[in-house]
Amino acid sequence: MLRTLALSLLLAIGLGGAAAAQSLEELVAALPDGGYDDRAKIVRAIAATGDPRAIGILEALSEGDIQQLKSDNSVVRVQKGGAGYLIFDPVTGESRGDVKRRDADKVKVNNGLRREIAAVLGAMTLMSDDPNKRLEAAVTAFSTADPEQIGALDAAIEAETVDKVKKALRDARAASIMKSGASLEEKQEALDRLVGRGDRDALSIITAATQDKDPAVAKAAAEAQEKVERIRAMWSNAQNVWYGLSLGSVLMLAAIGLAISFGVMGVINMAHGELVMLGAYATYMVQEVIRNSAPHLFDYSLLIALPIAFCLSGGVGVAIERGVCRWLYGRPLETLLATWGVSLILQQTVRSIFGPTNKEVGNPSWMSGAFDIGQLSVTYNRLWIFVFALVVFGLLLLILKKTPIGLQMRAVTQNRRMADAMGVKTGWVDAMTFGLGAGIAGLAGVALSQIDNVSPNLGQGYIVDSFMVVVFGGVGNLWGALAGAFTLGVVNKFLEPYAGAVLAKVLVLVFIILFIQRRPRGLFALRGRAVEN
Amino acid sequence: MILRALDLKSQIFLAITLIVAALVPVLNLYVPESSAFHVSSFAVALFGKYLTYALLAISVDLIWGFCGILSLGHGAFFALGGYAMGMHLMREIGDRGVYANPLLPDFMVFLNWKELPWFWHGFDMFWFACLMVVLVPGALAFVFGWFAFRSRVTGVYFSIITQAMTYALLLAFFRNDMGFGGNNGLTDFKDVLGYDLQSDTTRAGLFALSALALAGGFLICRLVVTSRLGKVLVSIRDAESRTRFLGYRVEGYKLFVFTLSAMLAGVAGALYVPQVGIINPGEFSPANSIEIVIWVAVGGRGLLVGAVVGAIIVNAAKTLLTGWVPEIWLFALGAIFIFVTLFLPKGVLGGLSAFVDLIGAKTKSKSEAKGPSSTAPQLAE
Repeated sequence: MLRTLALSLLLAIGLGGAAAAQSLEELVAALPDGGYDDRAKIVRAIAATGDPRAIGILEALSEGDIQQLKSDNSVVRVQKGGAGYLIFDPVTGESRGDVKRRDADKVKVNNGLRREIAAVLGAMTLMSDDPNKRLEAAVTAFSTADPEQIGALDAAIEAETVDKVKKALRDARAASIMKSGASLEEKQEALDRLVGRGDRDALSIITAATQDKDPAVAKAAAEAQEKVERIRAMWSNAQNVWYGLSLGSVLMLAAIGLAISFGVMGVINMAHGELVMLGAYATYMVQEVIRNSAPHLFDYSLLIALPIAFCLSGGVGVAIERGVCRWLYGRPLETLLATWGVSLILQQTVRSIFGPTNKEVGNPSWMSGAFDIGQLSVTYNRLWIFVFALVVFGLLLLILKKTPIGLQMRAVTQNRRMADAMGVKTGWVDAMTFGLGAGIAGLAGVALSQIDNVSPNLGQGYIVDSFMVVVFGGVGNLWGALAGAFTLGVVNKFLEPYAGAVLAKVLVLVFIILFIQRRPRGLFALRGRAVEN
Repeated sequence: MILRALDLKSQIFLAITLIVAALVPVLNLYVPESSAFHVSSFAVALFGKYLTYALLAISVDLIWGFCGILSLGHGAFFALGGYAMGMHLMREIGDRGVYANPLLPDFMVFLNWKELPWFWHGFDMFWFACLMVVLVPGALAFVFGWFAFRSRVTGVYFSIITQAMTYALLLAFFRNDMGFGGNNGLTDFKDVLGYDLQSDTTRAGLFALSALALAGGFLICRLVVTSRLGKVLVSIRDAESRTRFLGYRVEGYKLFVFTLSAMLAGVAGALYVPQVGIINPGEFSPANSIEIVIWVAVGGRGLLVGAVVGAIIVNAAKTLLTGWVPEIWLFALGAIFIFVTLFLPKGVLGGLSAFVDLIGAKTKSKSEAKGPSSTAPQLAE
């Protein structure tokens, strides 16, 4: 009610007292009388009633659908149909039958009047009862930034109760002020407001203001521009950091399994990328089964896929270890070649079964969409993968530090022969480690299926990167893998805007090759006699 | 010195190579097609390609078999040599390209470039291109090796960073801005030194040249491995730390042999490109480089001849299988990798000579040493 009152007050300002106290019906009936100026007054008066029906009437007037019947001079709203026009009562909307086209005269509207109507309507939507509509109107007002609407905005701000809408209205007002002939103080205030907003739209308004005729305003605008650019640079850095962390979490998932098997056994598993791919295909299979038999479980498909992928990849990993790697201990280069052979076979197997094309893996509802923090847009799938990577890291750390098998793994990593002499079954530990690393590759596959194409080549794309993470971070050290992955991810994303995606990657590779010169054993190198051989 | 470097087996190998170099072009060009002895032009081109692969395999065997350096990036040196030769062939097209620009290759006109990038200058001269074929891979290997060996990056670490090197080059050469034709690479060559690349005579000539280059590369490698330096290399392979403690500058030896090997790979690439007619960034892919290593492993490490045999066996199998049942090739290649590493650590040739020795020992009832095959590696790592 307050809002209606404010609107009435606002619109009454421009009115002579004459039409002030009339009802909506009387005003509408008076529309055909007099010239355009009179009609403009009545339009304002109609709006000033604050009656929600007024919006429909004014829109119809603007369209030329408000007409006067020749028979009884009454004002009606028409719609094509019947004998020519279906006619309605403009206020109540009651049907009054139909007439021939010739029996009604248009209440004439010229462009000036149409503008008037549009302005009045804009002000009325600013006063709408629905906060979403008000917000929408405020956003539109911001982008048009018409100085004419300042009065309406002022009134709307006065009446507004929802903070979010109020803020949008104030922004719109500031934008309008910048385009108006307002005083320096007012413009300064408006600039501060726009700086606070700090996004691209604000920047473009401020940039336009730097060309202002008043040198003082131009100067203030230039300062504001600088501030906004600083703010935007900060946000874009924040965005890069987030992208980097996101990339880093993916790299870490792909590399961490490699890091432990490399660390414990000193062998490189070239089939690691293919184990990741198997995890992604496991997700695909799970989703296919769910789609066909239990669609309501779709949102849980990833949770169901996780243990399956872990077991599948882990099982294949143990098979590789028992079948191939075991026979090649002490010959890391041969192991590398043999596991490469395994990777070719796995790749071709998947290609033969599923075909070479990309498979569609859907996002569950809780992983799609995005939200904003300031100017930072965060997609849910990236966020969940980031969280998932940290959870996997935490679990792995727990396994290594708190369980007997973890203790044995660390013992074998540090000194295989000594551990053997102390009664650790090194062969069994090797198989478990390899299986664990492979299982984690499977988990990584589930995560990657959400952001990458699921195809037989999926693993190939990550293998070199994950090696780089392991080499950079240091072998056999989880913290190394964590630091390595996030460093490489962030560095990569910061280089990208300057160098382009491909060159950034090349630079990162060159950087790692140089880094190895300084720290041949990575960031977190094992110390002591363990490093020899 | 050369004679000392050549034992009986090497002499046989060199003789066969030289005979092939002379005989195959003759059989191709001067024996009528109806004759059973005629070698088709297709076969000449195919085997010419295998010969360049064989030279590449020898270069890998030199460092892996004799010095224990497993490079997973040797395809990069091969491709760089190929690109150097490809650049010359591009310049030689002149105004016969699609856009008929006398100076700029087609892809540059297509990209709207106005002038030749600085690194393309000089490649219109054949001798300069030939120099670059050796110098560019050599320089890269020298710089890379200097950094890597100085800080004692060894074993799998070295393998991984060489793989990263070739991967980085792959990505870089894919970019159009690099000025090497991007994704499509360099192709549409017309002729080399005025000889039409499509004609049988030129192809036969390139075949003979490849065979000669293989013989030359083999000779150089034999000279290296039979010299005192070669003995140090083998000792580095078997016990690097011990060699260092004995006072040898391990880095220097490794760097020398790595650079030499890269140069040989570059020459192989340069001979490969005119015979295949295209060079593109795909040659840099890490998978290619690993495949080279398996050629050597199949034939037998540390034998040089083994590398040649392996390269020819694996590639012949590849040609046959991909023509026959394409899906099976990757299974077969994967199986070769696993089988050879698990069951044939000395490769086909190593296994064969061990078998021959065994038979010989039985028939002669002698317990003498294994003879020439004692140069075979003990696979100590």
